This record gives sequence, structure tokens and C-alpha cells, in this order.
Amino acid sequence: MDPTPQYAAQHAIEVRNLQKSFKDVDVLKGIDFNVKRGSIFALLGPNGAGKTTTIRILSTLLPPDGGAARINGYDVVDDPCGVRSSIGLTGQFAAVDQYLTGEENLLMLGRLYRLSNADARRRTQELLEQFDLVDAARRPVRTYSGGMKRRLDLAMSLIAAPPIIFLDEPTTGLDPRSRLSMWALIKDLAKSGATILLTTQYMEEADQLADWITVIDEGRIIAEGDANSLKARVGAEHVDLTIAPTSDFMRAQQAVDGHQLQAVVEQRVLTIAASNGATTLKHILQRLEDAQIEIESVNMRRPTLDDVFLFLTGNGSNGNAKGNHHE
Amino acid sequence: MSEYALLATVQPERRSTLYWLISDSWIMTKRSVLHIIRSMDQVLSLIVFPIMFMLLNRYVLGGAIDTGDVSYANYLFAGILVQTLAFGANYTTINLAVDMKEGIVDRFRSLPMSGSALVIGHIIADLVRNILSGIVIILAGFAVGFRPNASLVDWVYVVALSLLFTLAISWLSAILGLVVKSLEAAQWVGFVLIMPLTFVSSAFVPTHTMPRLLRAFAENQPVTHTINAVRAWLIGTPLGDSAWLSVAWSLGLIVISVPITTWLFRRHTAE
Repeated sequence: MDPTPQYAAQHAIEVRNLQKSFKDVDVLKGIDFNVKRGSIFALLGPNGAGKTTTIRILSTLLPPDGGAARINGYDVVDDPCGVRSSIGLTGQFAAVDQYLTGEENLLMLGRLYRLSNADARRRTQELLEQFDLVDAARRPVRTYSGGMKRRLDLAMSLIAAPPIIFLDEPTTGLDPRSRLSMWALIKDLAKSGATILLTTQYMEEADQLADWITVIDEGRIIAEGDANSLKARVGAEHVDLTIAPTSDFMRAQQAVDGHQLQAVVEQRVLTIAASNGATTLKHILQRLEDAQIEIESVNMRRPTLDDVFLFLTGNGSNGNAKGNHHE
Repeated sequence: MSEYALLATVQPERRSTLYWLISDSWIMTKRSVLHIIRSMDQVLSLIVFPIMFMLLNRYVLGGAIDTGDVSYANYLFAGILVQTLAFGANYTTINLAVDMKEGIVDRFRSLPMSGSALVIGHIIADLVRNILSGIVIILAGFAVGFRPNASLVDWVYVVALSLLFTLAISWLSAILGLVVKSLEAAQWVGFVLIMPLTFVSSAFVPTHTMPRLLRAFAENQPVTHTINAVRAWLIGTPLGDSAWLSVAWSLGLIVISVPITTWLFRRHTAE
């Protein structure tokens, strides 16, 4: 029953060549990754990339067609019970019982996780306090707001203090305030020693939370690294130059020739790659001044994960990875 | 949250598989029973349907139906009772379909709990629902002129057969709940199953008045056997083989439905 030591010591989650098809569609085409104990790992990808399928396999809800996965040292196929005792799962839609109260939901889960009555009660009280649900504890869940349901949902998966937590798109559909409070909770969880695997289609979320990001698209891993290294893949810092209406946009473009990444004519914005940071910027500004072109504004920024994402998934063509921020 | 001890020292209890099956089923039963109590439509259907059927049949149809030496109120009671039990037991279809749809099944399946506990919980809740319905029907029956001449032992037989019949229909309903693709389907599929079974039976009219084919069906299906047995015990009509046939049908349905349900539950939730 005890987890194999080398897994226990190093990786909370080990995934090898995981494959899954539904009918003729290959949803997972062989993915590999490890999740370090105590870290937050983000699986980032668009809808249909295979994120939820991965979580369902790792939480024993779905058998894999090929490959292997170990959770806390337990194989998902050979020892589903070991896996289930080690994990908490919070799915995309709040899996809470609408007719029970928040307190009853938590107690029920505690007992189903095999806690003693006393432990289940104690954990329920702790979680109601930690998740700011004390006032609503005795109300049926169907009277809760969306954010409260999600908080309760997360609390329920933590009742038995599992060492590994799966969060499938934890903030999808939440308003900005609820999203921020969910992020704070997730960070606190990681601080307390839990290993968290979350899926998201929001780059910002991965950027904010994750120690390690794995980008998947169409069932394959297309990139991995921490947020900084992923951004570095898209390249240098970007500078957005807005050309004043008094000057000719075409001439401005000629002036920065060789550095330009993208031009948005309607908004008179030129984006250039400042490969040498401020030095390049100075050089560019000098050229524009020589051409007597007036500049309305200069905005220097690091590429966002959106840039990375579009760059990697091929939705923005190479060298034009800036994406379309001018919606 | 800073002192939040996620890896708190909560240790799961270690007990036998059987202990957990019973414990988990008990937890799921409490949940399903709370659903009955807290959901207004389930409470209403529990009270309104039996009374409505009792009144409609007794006063609208009753005058035109010849039940020989037996008063129609006396004849009708067993029919309404078993019909209501059948519809009550069919709630498992809808309740399972709702659970499947709302994703809470995924949550349960990601827990180290017994796989069958959820279905068992719904099925035991059907028993509870039917006991409550049964009490309503008995009261309504007395109000419309039902006068049984049953002994206490007869009543015990009636209750025991009713519970067994409920279990059989509930397990059958569990199959439907796992097969249907939508809640709407869950609503009508049970109706389509139960309504003909209770109408083409001895519930409301003596079967000898029916056309030959219908009569053959009516006289050889479990609802009729159950009704005839209950009626015999309560008002002294001939019992014949109906009690044994009803028990055999119910046990047979359970023996067939339990493995199918278990298999469907595993398969369905693994999709």
C-alpha cells in the first residue's frame, strides 16, 4: 500500500506517454510530465486540447488507452483506491449537492473519505471558516452564488486533506472578484504543502499561479517551462509605438524597417522587437526623429503568455507573435 | 489561511469492505431522503398523486365499473396502492439521471467510497418514499369507503410484498436512469413503462372484461400478481398463486437488474 519511495520523494504525479481516444478521435496522443511535490502545475490549453481528459484519467474516472500514470506512487489503473485516497478533485462545474446545506455537503464528503465522525466535524468547521462560508453553512447550497458554490466545491475536495489536488478550470465562469479570491485560496493551498495540478485556458491564471506550465494543444504537449522561460521563447521585449496623426504612417514603417514585428494601420501602432532592450529602443527612436516622425506614445512590455500561447499554437504566424490585442 | 494545515493529521479509518459498503450506503440514503424532504415537488407528488388517483377512480370511473360482490372502494384500494408504489419506485430513474447530469457522480467516483452506494441510497430512499405514500393512501382509502377485513398478519404480508415490489421496480428504474441521455427522457421513460403496466392490470377493472390479448398480458404480469395478492389479503378475494408469482417476479427482476445496474454504472461514469 505504501507509495514507492522514489516517487514519494520526488514527484507527486508521474505521467508517461498517456493516450486516450474517443471513437475515432485521438484526444491524448501521448503526453509525459512530472509534477514536483508541493508545486503548482498548470496544464494550459484551448478547449478540446485534452486537459479535462487528462484530469479524468489521473483521478481514475477514465481508463487510459495507453501509457501510465502514478499519483502519489499509486498507479491509476492498478490501484485506483490508493489514488482516490490521495487526491481531491474539483471539476469544471461545481459538483455540490444542491439540496444539502454547505455543512451537510462537507460532512458527507468527510465520511465518504473515511474520516471518523469527529474528524469530519472538525475539518468541516475549519473549512467553513477558511472558505468564508460560516454564515451560509446551514443554508441549502441551491441558494448560494456561483462563487460560493465553487468555494464549497474546493473545500469539499480538501476535507480529508489530500496531498494532491486536481483543479479542472477552477475559475471558468467566475466573476473577476471571485476569481481573485479563488487564486488566493489556491496559492495558500500550495503554501501549506499541497501539490496542485490545475487546468486553465487563461494564460493569466497560469502566469499568476503556476510554478511550471505545460502547454497542450490537440492532445500533445507543445511547450513547457516556467512562465518566464515560456515568454522568453517568443523572444525579446516588445515596444508598441503609436505614430502621431500628423506624421505619415508609411514613412514611419520604412524608418523602423528591419525591427518591425507588426503594424496596425488603423490604430497607427507599430510593434517592434527590442532585442537589445533600451539600446534598441533608443536607436529606433533616433531613426524616427531623424525622419521627423512624431510619436504619440511608447509602450515597452514583456510578451504576455497570450503572445506565447498564440505563438506556440500557431494561431499567430511566426515573427508576428504579438497576437491581436486590439479587439 | 496562513496557519492552514492542509496536510493536517486526519487519518482515514480502516475497516472492512462490507463495513464501508453499509456506511457509504447509509450516507447516500440520508442524502436521498433529505432530497425528498427538501424538494417541494417530491413532497407534493407523494401526497397529491395518490389522493388524486384515488378520488378520480373512485368517483369518476367507479360508478361504471362492475366489481361483483366487492365494493369498488374495496376493489380499487390495492390497485391505487400498487400503482403509487410503482410510480414512487420509479423516482430512482430521475434522481440518478439528475446526479449523472450534475457532475456530482464524478465527485463520488473520485472518492475512495463503495461504487454501488449511490444507487443503493436512491433505492432505499424510494422505500422511504413509498412507506410515506402508503400511509397517505391508506388514509385516503378509508376516507373514500375502503373497509378491509384483514388481520394483522395479512397487513404484515401486504407491507412486506409492497417493499419487495418497490425494490424490484427501483432496481429496474436504476437501469433506466443510467441509460437515458437527458432529464426529459428520464421523466417520460418511466411513465411509459409504469403507466401501461398499471393500467393493463387488475388495478382498476377486473381483467376478464379486457380483449383477449390484453387480458393475457394483464393476467401474466407482475403488477397484476402484486395487486391480486394485496387485494386478497386485505379484502379476502381469492389469493391463488398471485403472492408467489409476485415474489418470484420481484426477486427475478432484482437478480437481473442489480448486475446490469452495476455494470452500467461503471461503464456510464467511465465515459
